[in-house]
Amino acid sequence: MAGDRRRRLRPNDEIYDRTQLDRFARRTHSVSAVALRALTRRYGERTALAEVTLSLETGQTLAVLGPNGAGKTTLLRVLATLLRPHEGELEVLGHSLPADGWLVRGRLGLLAHEPMLYRELTVRENLRLQAKLHGVGASRIEELLAAVALERRGDEPLRTLSRGLVQRAAVCRTLLHEPELLLLDEPYANLDPAARQIVEPLIGRSSGKTRVIVSHDPQAALKEADLVLGLSRGRAVFIAPPAELEDSEFAGLYE
Amino acid sequence: MTRPRSAAVVVALLRAQLRLELRTFESLPAMCLFSVTAFLLFHFGLDVDSLSGNLASGVLWVTLLLAALLAINRVYVADAEQGGFDAFVLSPAERSTLLLAKILVLLIYLVVVELVAVPAFAILLLEPSLWQAMPSMLGAIVLGDLGIAVIGALVGALAVRTQARDLLGPLVSLPLLVPVLLGVARWTAPLFDASRAGAVALRWPLVLALYDAIFGLIAFSLFDFLLED
Repeated sequence: MAGDRRRRLRPNDEIYDRTQLDRFARRTHSVSAVALRALTRRYGERTALAEVTLSLETGQTLAVLGPNGAGKTTLLRVLATLLRPHEGELEVLGHSLPADGWLVRGRLGLLAHEPMLYRELTVRENLRLQAKLHGVGASRIEELLAAVALERRGDEPLRTLSRGLVQRAAVCRTLLHEPELLLLDEPYANLDPAARQIVEPLIGRSSGKTRVIVSHDPQAALKEADLVLGLSRGRAVFIAPPAELEDSEFAGLYE
Repeated sequence: MTRPRSAAVVVALLRAQLRLELRTFESLPAMCLFSVTAFLLFHFGLDVDSLSGNLASGVLWVTLLLAALLAINRVYVADAEQGGFDAFVLSPAERSTLLLAKILVLLIYLVVVELVAVPAFAILLLEPSLWQAMPSMLGAIVLGDLGIAVIGALVGALAVRTQARDLLGPLVSLPLLVPVLLGVARWTAPLFDASRAGAVALRWPLVLALYDAIFGLIAFSLFDFLLED
């Protein structure tokens, strides 16, 4: 716990102390699956992420909480190499981004708001295309369809499926190439309790993968997380293990 | 980490794009209908039963080029709107495979349109026999289509990421397509000469081939950057 206590950073009072920031980054950079140092990303004039610093070790789960527009999805897209950081340093799976993005892309899986699947193609056709893009064999498709109980609906166009089924297909796409790092944006959205139980072994804590989860459900996120990042207006309000967080800090986040 | 085989990726992307078109018919019917309608309009608007030489060549290629714009504007839309771009960028596949797949898609669209439009042009407007012109015309079609497809695939990727893609696509691609139009129209003009007096000048096929090659190199050099944030 002492180690966890040391890793806790509170941006409002100490994170902007450069010396401390550098010490924190040095301590955590080398062993991290994800390491951010003063990461900043802007959309035109608006700053979506402002000097976010954190480190996530392999096998750990980071829960990202915050109100709408806090920068959660932007953070995921930066980690996924889809957006470039404007300032700061970023390492994912031991590679510096954006320079070494091509070394990382095939090793991470992004489950975003959009399923990233073509509506007019069937689930199997979509997954076959993704399998080719990742150089994965067709047997993996059937394995995953069976795992999410979608094998009987696999030949139906995506546009005919309910949101929950589309989300299950998106989970298959995310896991097709057996990524080491999962970037999950509201992964259980649209899933009923039974479907949630089906996908949980694949993307939940028991998957054993390093995960970054964006969630609007603090209680559920806390159960899954080793580290919690609270974002507000692009700034890190807290970065701490769940056990160290108090209810008032969550309440303050959404005020 | 190993990258997937590029040939397999191109075939998979091409197959997916053609499946999407066969299920939505967003581009091909519009292109064919536009071409035939344009020839009908020329037929009645010019009040002539037959054209030959430069005019015939110009009418054919301008019509095909404008029909191609319909596909150029739409060739990346499903990727942009349904997350196909992101899914592709997140894969370890070579970025140029997407460009190559889109060039092939546009080439296939153009060939299908020409199978409909060129006979319609011959029936509605062309004075000399199309069959006599066809052997030499095939070369012009191949190099002309290639130029349109390469420029279209490059400009389409640029335009689809903007809000004004329907405007930007034609605005950027038309000036770039002028040399293609010039080469292909000058190439086929003697073939459409009713008296068959004109000979095909070798320089137009060469100009067209050179322009296609240069733009092919530019497209493959720039495409990576167009997919970047």
